[in-house]
Amino acid sequence: MKKGTIIGLSIAGIIILLLVILISWGISTYNNLVTINEEVNQSWSQVENQYQRRADLIPNLVNTVKGYADFERGVLTDVTEARAKVSQFNITPEVLNDPQAFQKFEQLQGNLSSALSRLLVTVENYPNLKANENFLQLQAQLEGTENRISVERRKFNLTVQNYNTTIKRFPSAFFAGIFGFREKSYFKSIPGSEAPPKVEF
Amino acid sequence: MFYLFLFLIFYSSSFAQPELPQLSNWANDYTSTLSPQELQQLNFRLKSYEDTTTNQLVSLMIASLDGYPLEEYSFEVAERNKIGTKEKSNGVLFLVVKNDKKMRIEVGYGLEGVLPDALSSSIIRNEITPYFRKNEYYAGITSGINAIIAAIGSEYKSDFKEKSNGISISGIIILLLIIFIIISFIPKSGRIGRSGGYIYHGGSWGSGGFGGGSSSGFGGFSGGGGSFGGGGSSGSW
Repeated sequence: MKKGTIIGLSIAGIIILLLVILISWGISTYNNLVTINEEVNQSWSQVENQYQRRADLIPNLVNTVKGYADFERGVLTDVTEARAKVSQFNITPEVLNDPQAFQKFEQLQGNLSSALSRLLVTVENYPNLKANENFLQLQAQLEGTENRISVERRKFNLTVQNYNTTIKRFPSAFFAGIFGFREKSYFKSIPGSEAPPKVEF
Repeated sequence: MFYLFLFLIFYSSSFAQPELPQLSNWANDYTSTLSPQELQQLNFRLKSYEDTTTNQLVSLMIASLDGYPLEEYSFEVAERNKIGTKEKSNGVLFLVVKNDKKMRIEVGYGLEGVLPDALSSSIIRNEITPYFRKNEYYAGITSGINAIIAAIGSEYKSDFKEKSNGISISGIIILLLIIFIIISFIPKSGRIGRSGGYIYHGGSWGSGGFGGGSSSGFGGFSGGGGSFGGGGSSGSW
C-alpha cells in the first residue's frame, strides 16, 4: 500500500471513531434527558391528582354546608364558581411547556384555594356546623389534600429544577437544543395559598 | 444525582429550622415528659409491631417548633428518617409538639388507603386529645398508637424474604466470575501466595447500599426507605 492511502485510511478511521463517540454521547445524553423529563411528568401527574382530589371533595363540602339555612351564600357561590373554572381548564401535557397556560392553571387553582379558605373561616361563625362530624371529616380530608398539594408542588419544583439545570448546562444544553427540550415553569408561591387553610378550634 | 440534590436541600434547610432529629428509637421524647420505663414500653411495643408487620410506626415528642410550620417539620422528619420500607412506604410518624399543643399523624404513601386523613383526624380528636387536655401524655400517646395499629394492623404482613438482607445468588455468581477473571489475568509471578486467600481480601462486598439511615447499636430503629406525600392529619388541644 502507498503511504498516502494509509494516511487517508487512518484519517477516515479517526473521523469515524469521533463520529461514533459523538453519536453515543448524544444517545446517552438524550436518554438522560428523557429520564428526567419523565420524572417531571411523573411529579406533575401527582400534583394534578391532588388538585383533582380537592375538586372532587368540594361538592360534598358545599352540600354539607348548604344544609345550614342561614349560611352565607356568597362564600359558597365563590367556591362553586372557582371550582367550575378549574374543571373547565383543559389540562394537556403541553401545559408544562407553555408558561402562560401554566400560569393560568396556577392562578385558577390559587383562586379556588382562597375561596376555600374563606369558606372555612366563615364556618367559624357556625358552632353547630363546626361540631358536625360529617363536616369535621370533610374538613380533615380537605386539609389533608391541601397539605398533599403543597408537598407534591415542592417535589415537582425539585424535579423541574433538576431538569432545567440539566438542559441549561453544557454539554447537555447542546443536545437539549437539538432535541427540542425546553425549559419548564416552576410553581411560584402565591402569598397565603401555600399554607393549608387553617381553622383553629 | 437527584437524591443527592434532595439530600442537599434537606441538609441545608436543617440549619434554618428546628433540629431535624436522626431517630434511633421507635419512641422518642425530647421533652423528658415520659419516664424511662414508659418510653421503654412504648419502644418495645412499636419494635415488636414492626417485627411482625414491617410497618414502621414512630412516635416523637418535641418541645416547640418556634413558629415553624407543623406540616413541613413533620414531613421532613419522616422523609429524613425514611420511616417505612422502600417497597411499601408503610411508615407512620406520630408527632407531638408539647408546648405548642399541636400534634400530627404523618402517614406514608403505602398506608394512606387504610389510614385516611379523616380517620387520622378522628383518632386525634377522639382518642388522643382528651388525654392531652388532662396532661396525660403517656396515656394519650398509647391510646393514639393503639388506634393507629387497629387501623393499619392488617394491611401488611411480615415477609421473611425481606429480612435476609444479604446478597442475592446472582450477585455472588457475578462476583465470583469477576474474581476468577481477575485472577486469570494476573501474571504467573503474581500468583505466589494465591492460596493465602486474597479472594476474601477486602471482605467488604455488599456492605454498601443497604438500608436507609444509620442503625445505631443493638436493636435500634432504622428507617427502611419509605416515602411520604403529605398524608395524615393535624390537630391541637
